[in-house]
Amino acid sequence: MSESTDTLKVENLELAYRVRGRDLKVLHRVSLCIRRGESYGLVGESGSGKSTLALALVRYLPPNGRMLAGSILIGGRELLALDPGQLRELRATTVSMVYQDPARALNPSMRIGEQIAEIFRARGENAAAARSAAGILLERVRIGDREAVLERYPHQLSGGMQQRVVIAMALAINPALLILDEPTTSLDATVEVEILDLLGELRRELSTSILFISHNLALVARMCDRVGVLYAGTLVEEGAALEVLRDPRHPYTVGLLRCLPRRGRTKNHSRLDTIAGFPPAPGDVLAGCVFAPRCGLADDKCRTCAPALRAFGARCSRCHYLERAQSLPRTTADELPTGLRIDREEPPLLQAKSLSKTFRSERSALRALHDVSLSLWPGETLGLVGESGSGKTTLARLLVGLSAPDAGGVLEMAGQTLAGRSEAREPEQLQALQIIFQNPDGALNRSHTVRQLIERVLVRLGRLPRSRRAARMLELLRSVRVDERYLDVRPRELSGGLKQRVAIARAFAGAPRIVVCDEPTAALDVSVQAAILNLLTELQARHRVSYVFISHDLGSVRYLSDRIAVLYLGRLLEIGPAERVFSGPHHPYTAALLSAVPRLEGAAQPHRLQGEIPSAIHTPRGCVFHTRCPRKLGPVCEQTEPPLLAGAEPGHEIRCHIPAAELQDRDA
Amino acid sequence: MSRHWQLLLRSGAFVSGMLIILFWAACALFGRLFAPFDPFAADVLSTLTPPSAAHWFGTDQLGRDVLSRVIVGSRDVLEVAPLATALGLVLGVLLGLTTGYFRGLIDEAVSRVIDAVLALPLVIIALLALSALGASSATVIVVVGFIFTPLIARTVRAAVLAERALDYVAAAQLRNEPTLRILLGEILPNIMPPILVEATVRLGYAIFAVASLSFLGFGIQPPSPDWGLAVSESYGLINGGIWWPALFNTLAISSLIVAVNLAAEGIQATADA
Repeated sequence: MSESTDTLKVENLELAYRVRGRDLKVLHRVSLCIRRGESYGLVGESGSGKSTLALALVRYLPPNGRMLAGSILIGGRELLALDPGQLRELRATTVSMVYQDPARALNPSMRIGEQIAEIFRARGENAAAARSAAGILLERVRIGDREAVLERYPHQLSGGMQQRVVIAMALAINPALLILDEPTTSLDATVEVEILDLLGELRRELSTSILFISHNLALVARMCDRVGVLYAGTLVEEGAALEVLRDPRHPYTVGLLRCLPRRGRTKNHSRLDTIAGFPPAPGDVLAGCVFAPRCGLADDKCRTCAPALRAFGARCSRCHYLERAQSLPRTTADELPTGLRIDREEPPLLQAKSLSKTFRSERSALRALHDVSLSLWPGETLGLVGESGSGKTTLARLLVGLSAPDAGGVLEMAGQTLAGRSEAREPEQLQALQIIFQNPDGALNRSHTVRQLIERVLVRLGRLPRSRRAARMLELLRSVRVDERYLDVRPRELSGGLKQRVAIARAFAGAPRIVVCDEPTAALDVSVQAAILNLLTELQARHRVSYVFISHDLGSVRYLSDRIAVLYLGRLLEIGPAERVFSGPHHPYTAALLSAVPRLEGAAQPHRLQGEIPSAIHTPRGCVFHTRCPRKLGPVCEQTEPPLLAGAEPGHEIRCHIPAAELQDRDA
Repeated sequence: MSRHWQLLLRSGAFVSGMLIILFWAACALFGRLFAPFDPFAADVLSTLTPPSAAHWFGTDQLGRDVLSRVIVGSRDVLEVAPLATALGLVLGVLLGLTTGYFRGLIDEAVSRVIDAVLALPLVIIALLALSALGASSATVIVVVGFIFTPLIARTVRAAVLAERALDYVAAAQLRNEPTLRILLGEILPNIMPPILVEATVRLGYAIFAVASLSFLGFGIQPPSPDWGLAVSESYGLINGGIWWPALFNTLAISSLIVAVNLAAEGIQATADA
């Protein structure tokens, strides 16, 4: 393979951030190359250095970032040798970058048309030519109503549409190299799948090389020819995408893949495996392999002698024992949790009857939740699934009493009516119903220590004599596996996973019977996510607590839930036993959601949704889903809202005019 | 906290500001011990003598040594201005916390009143209030403190609004935490940085306001060697070529205000870090 066919060639790149007079190394001798037209996926957890690498490739590093050694060749030119003028020219003609958040990549005060035309005007084209070129670009990213979109401002477009525009702008220069840094992470699943489809098509049409950066292994498997796995600034494994993911040869890749809840496996089958310990901090110097401290296969050789990247076939792995990487022992024991038990003969613990929530402003009313009824049995997990704007979080806040439902809605716990607002609820009711918030950074008071955070709950809700509080606190910390030495530490000094564990300990401090979990793992890496899901299962088994588990990640919902409710625009579209909701018959929306999830096992044929999620201020008449439904029957869907009809078994209900039997046919 | 102190001590603005403030504080406390003359001793034989080897800053119309009076003159302003700021701070923080936390009607009403107060020139309201209440150090403290209250409340309210939206406040509500405890125990510690910055900025204004009021005759009363008062007694003499009493007292006032602002700048920079 000659040099000239490589669009990007990075060799032995060493990079450091200078912090308080010390160089903290974040990339260690990273080498990779991307051939023309090839799509290369770079996978790694937060802190692995993947975004730093992307920034280095366009020399957009922050002022304290320094390249210590190595070379970066783009199209055969040495990036590090370019002067500012040449660098500008390179960015204007050869390399484009698409960032995670499209809303921040677009100038909010400029119309889309002007923003795109700017690129062409910078090249000296006149206004009219630039404008028509902008229109053609939008056509390339499959935007239908081009003239209207050109006239809009970024905030008038949905997230998916914004990201299309950003991609269009990145393509404007016909780049030889397109860098995509988590391009779909901030988008909903059904929008994500559209963007990925688009990128897949563009890849086939253009000869652009793509560097695709993501934390999502399944996504990378779908999008890329080859992948590199980055761990603590070191490239630990590289090879053809499907081979690496199906037959990983580095213990880190093996461990990472095991953290993902596998299809069809739930808390009743097995515990998730995790990766023990923490990644090394930037600047830590390890004598041996970077992964050795966390690796179940590591021996003295691994701890003292850093392995080189060993090639086998077209792949390579940085492991002394790559042949037996897959025999990596499990970190968590595979024993079945005992004590998970649901008795449907018992009366439900929590019942919500026709809960609605309307947020009124002077001019409009936003119906965040409409007529939702559901029950929760002791020891059960009810999964709540839906895209942003579906009302998941609104429902969570209604349940715990952070906002009151509209008149007519009733909440009952253990047969007693719950007041709408938490301050009107009995102390025992507050104690029995707690919540774990999505973002532990906001949910833990940053000026309190771990001890203070938990002690307050013990004082307010624990009803324990002072003498027993200290013992109870240690017991709580042990049950969430937080070491005692963190007691007097403030949240800032804890890792994301530890913070969420403290938040869980706090939620359990009052010995609740129901815990609402609002996306508790959304902000966490996969390996940490697996540990948190295990912990929640363990606590459920031990205390027979019920969960309302909210997540947009269907994998974790499937793993943890006994029953699942699907929400769309504040309406309950489907509810039923978890395996039934996943196996069908599905509501057409559920079917679309399920097929939008990229899978390691290979893609199912996706049901694509048309159009955008309508606004909750102007909810569609009839069935709320009719504007995007691939199986719309006709006027009946536009005029009459379907009732929740019995599905395939008792307790399974689908809000659709199409009978369950027919829905099943189509799925099969 | 120690990290913040380290950052502060590395800030040139903060350190130089604090050194000047400490110098004037030392003058206020121990000035009588090292002032070259008795600041209150009149000497009718040597009135209005220009600066000389004996009287570095000259003498005033009663023949009192200007240098000695400048040294001791920091005492009243360094007592009145911090107390006025403290009063404004306590009231402003309480008002800001309640309006920001409860929102609603009270917030609307209080915010409109604050807007109205902010539209009026500070010194004019102070003059009106002081002429009604009578001028003394105590009334100056109360009046300046009350005038500062809405200004501080507005800053605090904005900070509270941001904090209130965070889930730790929701978590406190869900364990039935008393409202006072949520305000003082949960939210207040997190908004200390902006409050601290506001306090130092206000202290600078307070020194200026107290000096202005003394100058206008509504503040600190004779025979105090207060700087503002001294300027008011001597500014008429400038036309007659007698510049020294007015100049040295004015310089003293400015040095203190600049010092407080330097310290405020240092605190702001570290609070943002």
